[in-house]
Amino acid sequence: MDRKINSPGMPDERGRFGRFGGRYVPETLMPALAELEEEYARAQADPEFQKELDYYLSEYVGRPNPLYLAERLTAHHGGGRIYLKREDLNHTGAHKINNTLGQVLLARRMGKKRIIAETGAGQHGVATATAAAMFGMECDVYMGEEDIRRQNLNVFRMRLLGARVVPVSSGSKTLKDATNEAFRDWMSTVRNTHYIIGSVVGPHPYPMMVRDFQSVIGREARAQILEKEGRLPDCVVACVGGGSNSIGLFYPFIGDESVRIVGVEAGGRSDRLGDHAASLSFGSPGVLHGSCSYVLQDDDGQTAIVHSISAGLDYPGVGPEHSFLKDSGRAQYIHVGDKEAVEAFRLCATLEGIIPALESAHALAAIGRLTTEMGRDSIIIVCLSGRGDKDCVEVASYIGEDPRP
Amino acid sequence: MNRIDLRFQELRRKREPAFIPYLTAGDPDMHATRELILEAERRGADLIELGVPFSDPIADGPVIQASHLRALEGGTRVGDVLAMVREVRNTSEIPIVAMISCSIVFRKGADGFIRSMAEAGIDGATIPDLPVEEAGQARDAADRAGLHLAPFVTPTTTIKRQEAICRAARGFIYYISVVGLTGAREQLAGDLKANVDRIRAAAKVPVAVGFGVSRPEHAREVGAVSDGVIVGSALVRLISENAGAGIATLRSRFGDAVGQLSSAAKQR
Repeated sequence: MDRKINSPGMPDERGRFGRFGGRYVPETLMPALAELEEEYARAQADPEFQKELDYYLSEYVGRPNPLYLAERLTAHHGGGRIYLKREDLNHTGAHKINNTLGQVLLARRMGKKRIIAETGAGQHGVATATAAAMFGMECDVYMGEEDIRRQNLNVFRMRLLGARVVPVSSGSKTLKDATNEAFRDWMSTVRNTHYIIGSVVGPHPYPMMVRDFQSVIGREARAQILEKEGRLPDCVVACVGGGSNSIGLFYPFIGDESVRIVGVEAGGRSDRLGDHAASLSFGSPGVLHGSCSYVLQDDDGQTAIVHSISAGLDYPGVGPEHSFLKDSGRAQYIHVGDKEAVEAFRLCATLEGIIPALESAHALAAIGRLTTEMGRDSIIIVCLSGRGDKDCVEVASYIGEDPRP
Repeated sequence: MNRIDLRFQELRRKREPAFIPYLTAGDPDMHATRELILEAERRGADLIELGVPFSDPIADGPVIQASHLRALEGGTRVGDVLAMVREVRNTSEIPIVAMISCSIVFRKGADGFIRSMAEAGIDGATIPDLPVEEAGQARDAADRAGLHLAPFVTPTTTIKRQEAICRAARGFIYYISVVGLTGAREQLAGDLKANVDRIRAAAKVPVAVGFGVSRPEHAREVGAVSDGVIVGSALVRLISENAGAGIATLRSRFGDAVGQLSSAAKQR
């Protein structure tokens, strides 16, 4: 696989993507972040680390996964050539494992015996518990009570994998609050514990490191489309919560000026603050969970309540690199509501025989708009970031069906 | 001259450590907070650390976190905190240090907001999620406004970082005595004296110690080796337990606790 990336040279040595990023954390954590940054730099330069990561990505995760031409979706939308990057076919059923494997290998190098993580939909929690199980590490996953309710299948999976799921009852009882609790745990246990942040958020070096681990998505997709079509795509599309699958797909295409980059945020129930989770569409620059980025907050800087039908997108912040890409104009961010996402979820199931994650369904819901805008000959790559089994009960209740046989 | 500096000078002459109680503004309500600040002063507090409630206080333990959420649920706005401090200034010159998240400072705009804190009568600020590397703009703004930005040092702080922090310190240094969160603890850290001595040798400003100080015997121990004793969670818990008892009872129980802790801290 071609590892050469058209890097925009970001972040800088202070972890900045332009005015975004940085390291806004309590003093207690600063030495751990410095250690992590140094160890990550050493690992990146170490061919053995890369070899080991590649080995597990291919033998354990099942990479490379296909770039699949969705012919019936293409026909339904009346044009374009729509390719799905099948991250749903990874072991554990989502892109999250690309990052957790990399970070667990890194934690092992640092001699840390315990892993903690936050999770929203539970996909990152499952991927963390999986990697921790495989390397025999202790694992605690923080999860909001509301998400435990919505995603109880994933809770059981994590427990089966030997992880402890710690319910979080503060605030909105979702991903933001689980992240707070994971930070709090880390404040007390930083000497023996590594915190695996699941998205391209948090203090430097997390946004850079998680991006690098997820960039395997875009590197594969770029090589695959060149092989299949003999040219670059016209557009790459992915959903954006914290933004890890999207930056993973986008990053290797940033230098390809002809490729349009579109991120799709959770539009929820309405455009009113509190009804959606579209930080880039409606937020303003602020500081949350250790970095400066677009945040949904009130004019006192208090984090706003957010909503999305998709637990994985239900987050009031977003990665700093996305904030930079938005301001620079290199990427465009749109939003799609709960209703459109559920329609796209069902459409993908009936036309392609693929049940997508509700998160990924937000990206699928944008296809109609994009094919209309871009014309019949355009090639569009959509990141199918995960499988939707976990969402079936939530969707059944949304559309008023009883999921029981 | 800044009230924090004046107070520490006075205490140095008396060879006493400062006693610094922490309160969350707006818990249980803003009127009570004002009354409790004045009561604390009457009962032996030398400075007040005043928490500005924030929705996501990641450095704080469960007790203080819950007090922030209670204050926000009660409708506390940042502007109400400044208004309350202005009222305190009608009758009191006790130094007030705001503990405030950089999320709030950033959103409000560091320059203007820090100036308005100083104008309200706030003398200093600790910003727990703003490490020295990111603090440049806020520190410049604070210096211009005559407000002291007091930094944190922890047991995990490296010597090199400690030097940078000491250079940038204004007012005092807040030494976090344990690796972890705010919260009452059974025992204090064994390496406390050695660590405080190390920071004192490097710093030009006094060193106050917090995190885990909950009982009079802790206060005495910390007071013996440092320039200031900060008590947070234990007092916040007392406030939450007595909030329903009416302001007179709350004030007298809080005052008793402050009195005990303060006199213990000063028994060198």
